[in-house]
Amino acid sequence: MAVPIDKIRGRFERGIGPEERERLRRARILIVGVGGLGSPAALQLASAGVGTLGLVDFDAVEISNLHRQIIYRTPDLGRPKAAVAAERLMTTYPEVSVESFQERLSPANLLQIFPRFDFIIDGTDRIAAKYLVNDGAVLCGVPYSHAGVSGFYGQTMTVLPRRSACFRCLFPVPPPEGEVPSCQEAGIIGALAGSIGLLQALEALKYILRIGTLLTNRLFIFDAWVWQWRTVQLSPDRQCPLCGEQPNIRQVASIENEDCG
Amino acid sequence: MMDLAERTARMTVRVCVPTPLRRFTAGAEEVTVNGETIGRVVEDLELKFPGLKERLCDEGGRVRRFINIYVNGDDIRFLSNLETPVKDGDEVAIVPAIGGG
Repeated sequence: MAVPIDKIRGRFERGIGPEERERLRRARILIVGVGGLGSPAALQLASAGVGTLGLVDFDAVEISNLHRQIIYRTPDLGRPKAAVAAERLMTTYPEVSVESFQERLSPANLLQIFPRFDFIIDGTDRIAAKYLVNDGAVLCGVPYSHAGVSGFYGQTMTVLPRRSACFRCLFPVPPPEGEVPSCQEAGIIGALAGSIGLLQALEALKYILRIGTLLTNRLFIFDAWVWQWRTVQLSPDRQCPLCGEQPNIRQVASIENEDCG
Repeated sequence: MMDLAERTARMTVRVCVPTPLRRFTAGAEEVTVNGETIGRVVEDLELKFPGLKERLCDEGGRVRRFINIYVNGDDIRFLSNLETPVKDGDEVAIVPAIGGG
């Protein structure tokens, strides 16, 4: 339940005006995967005064999550992430309303969930799931922020469906199993995942507030190992299987892959 | 005066290698190779760092669809793919789809 604006005055009034605060309060942002990317993004969006956060996560908190998934604590081990994260967000920021979906994202539930939100943050940790989020967001017409991380390397882009390049415009088909190193193989540096997750939160805030320039038609790449970042230019691919002129993906298809611990 | 063949052979480009492929380059994030097209650059990469080509190209020799190659920030899919020419000093970036989160 959203709290009247006068009750949250003071917490959010630094830096933004009443109109912006109201926009944030009315905003509905969905975080798919409350892990290394999604945890810091969720905390930051709640603290910024976003009115409603949706959380999709099927997993339970594991010991191997704690180095990067900073919304969880050791006593949360074994408990469902979506419930724990909702609890933590609402305790810390009583103004935020949280809708938890303690289920694995699927073509079926995605069609029910995605259209109810203004913006989506892809915080998933599997490449197949990233394609699922992309396909769902584009077909449902919901803007979203993509990101992927591996070791000290991360990349992110923003997708405005049918207005800017989508993930499939960039990489038309998912890699086969084993082609992309899994989290177990590559390892995830918590601070790197957190950095990219916060960039995603920043992008969601910019979208909601309608300010600045979004990271559309560009892929931002950050290589923390050598302190190098670059953006490569993208454009919508007319041959994109999803949002091109003759798409062959007209509905969201199921994909299977391994989870990251 | 160098002849054309000699100059072509000396075309030197910098290739930015993403983390997941650095095990082929002994950890180097940037390597220098020769070639006048991206195809040649890939061949020289394979020569110097065996195993890398298979990660970039499929059995038919085409660039894999979950890996992109950029020349000075432009995607070769929208240029001339492996035939895309490169010149001395160009920066070639290999960008894979990344799955972690």
